[in-house]
Amino acid sequence: MTAAWRAHKKGAYFANPCFTQIHPTCIPVSGDYQSKLTLMSESLRNDGRIWVPKNPNDTRPPNQIPEEERDYYLERMYPSFANLVPRDVASRAAKRMVDAGYGVGPLKNGVYLDFKTAIERLGRSVIEQRYGNLFDMYENIAGENPYEVPMRIYPAVHYTMGGLWVDYNLMSNLPGLFVLGEANFSDHGANRLGASALMQGLADGYFILPTTIAGDLAPQLNTPVPSTDSPAFREAEEGVREQINRLLSIKGSRSVDSFHRELGKLMWDYCGMARNAEGLKHARQRIAELREEFWKDVKVLGEGESLNQSLEKAGRVADFFELAELMCQDALHREESCGGHFREEYQTPDGEAQRDDEHFAYVAAWEYCGPGKDAKLHKEDLVFEYVHPTQRSYK
Amino acid sequence: MSTLNLTLKVWRQAGPNDPGRFEVYEANGINEDMSFLEMLDVVNERLIAENKEPIAFDHDCREGICGSCGMVINGVPHGPKKLTTTCQLHMRNFKDGDTIVVEPWRATAFPVIKDLVVDRSAFDKIIQAGGYITAPTGAARDANSILIPKQIADQAFDAAACIGCGACVAACPNGAAQLFTAAKIAHLNLLPQGQPERWSRTVAMVDTMEEYFGSCTNYAECEAVCPKGISIEFIAKMNRDYLKAKFKDRRAVVKVDMTEAAG
Repeated sequence: MTAAWRAHKKGAYFANPCFTQIHPTCIPVSGDYQSKLTLMSESLRNDGRIWVPKNPNDTRPPNQIPEEERDYYLERMYPSFANLVPRDVASRAAKRMVDAGYGVGPLKNGVYLDFKTAIERLGRSVIEQRYGNLFDMYENIAGENPYEVPMRIYPAVHYTMGGLWVDYNLMSNLPGLFVLGEANFSDHGANRLGASALMQGLADGYFILPTTIAGDLAPQLNTPVPSTDSPAFREAEEGVREQINRLLSIKGSRSVDSFHRELGKLMWDYCGMARNAEGLKHARQRIAELREEFWKDVKVLGEGESLNQSLEKAGRVADFFELAELMCQDALHREESCGGHFREEYQTPDGEAQRDDEHFAYVAAWEYCGPGKDAKLHKEDLVFEYVHPTQRSYK
Repeated sequence: MSTLNLTLKVWRQAGPNDPGRFEVYEANGINEDMSFLEMLDVVNERLIAENKEPIAFDHDCREGICGSCGMVINGVPHGPKKLTTTCQLHMRNFKDGDTIVVEPWRATAFPVIKDLVVDRSAFDKIIQAGGYITAPTGAARDANSILIPKQIADQAFDAAACIGCGACVAACPNGAAQLFTAAKIAHLNLLPQGQPERWSRTVAMVDTMEEYFGSCTNYAECEAVCPKGISIEFIAKMNRDYLKAKFKDRRAVVKVDMTEAAG
């Protein structure tokens, strides 16, 4: 993130930041000390069945709840795709169940992912071969054995599909700045499928760049590389030094982590799985206030001349504030629901995402205009020549 | 859910050339569902509140797959639980009232940078010597056109499970890196794509390893602490390939032998 964001602040457009991948199969929140909501691989949904008790007040352990009292809600709502619906659909369905009071676990904040049927059908050893490492990981974290007790899962934010804008040669709007893999915005559009980090790394790094970068490099053969004495380098170096000194000299009262947590909570609440205009406006204001507080009151101990993890983290969190503001700005401007961006105001009568292709079939590429200022929108129209977008249906 | 009151003895060292020492911290009210690193996060937040510099430690994915984290916990790299990285070690593995001693990896090849953070770039040197295949870019062939027996694929996968954390070196009385190097060599040397450079790779990686690390005397401590359960059988494979490669050297010093490679 740091490299992409610093490039953005030097003029590279940042595209589609509002499209946020929410991962449906994460370990639910158990306390505020958690450093992450560990992602259990999506592959688990190949054999696991997702359900909640039909009675929201059911306190029995999952294995004592008989079949007819379970609601396999994805199988019920999406009979043709069932547990394999796309991530955004699976995530929102889980949120709906938990919001409606059907959540399971001590904090009633998860849904069951059950392998009982698969173990009966395929045998434990097949399941062990397929998912053994994930099951071990789950047991380590949750302290429950998923071969015997269903896993508890809940969606968590994984990733913004957005990134630096690039053309078909993977070059950003800054000549000579190529952006590969997850740092660019290109391959995922508004949604993102499994194994896409690997896919994009391979596609960009192995197939595309080797043939496109040559065209940029060839005319520059024998051009001397600018030295570290050049004014541009000096300026960048001075900028970094200044930021480091500023962070160290604030000597405020709040740790970097406390800001990070508060920012994360704001984003989850207002720019998460479901957004609306009012919430996004509120979040933008709160983020701006929190950013100002950060620059007045953050406490970074130690010095800048040797390894200082608080200082490193402070630099990242400073970037996160700005990215968060841009995500909210983009989410607020995109008045439709599309893939990983769900605006509550724009949904079909049965609660599915409602796109507005007439007004929003474009890439939103944002130009940085200075600290605390609105970014400037550049549109790249999406032209569909052969395959035309339609309303999805997984029913 | 219960909470633990613990006493931590943590190695603090300001920089590579500064003397280190153990500092004692009371870690009270620790939730048993926390991971070891989350426990340290909590301790660090408390230290920051007291205007004391937080304990530096390496971490990244916190899912046991990146190889960044690692510390010696009560004398054992990655702590008391088998097949577990420090980030996946949860506090329910400890008892209320325990004293926990936390140290960095101790090995000549891994100098301390700060507190629990060590420099593991000697591992990178080994990888740079041959831990890759020099495949040409361009159109790749269809993956299914290269058939690999399941048994071989499984073995290669077992070797490739190495996350390069360095626990093997930290556990070894000799500070040897045989398990790491053997895993990295095996995962390529077992597969068809790894054959053309098999012999040159083995020699280059082993020789580079010898420059930085101690020698293996078959203690097998490495296997005992490896969070990914890498078997020392791979060390035997590496030694065999090294020996074979050395015999080939007598015929042609650098040349890659394609006929052997195919076999």
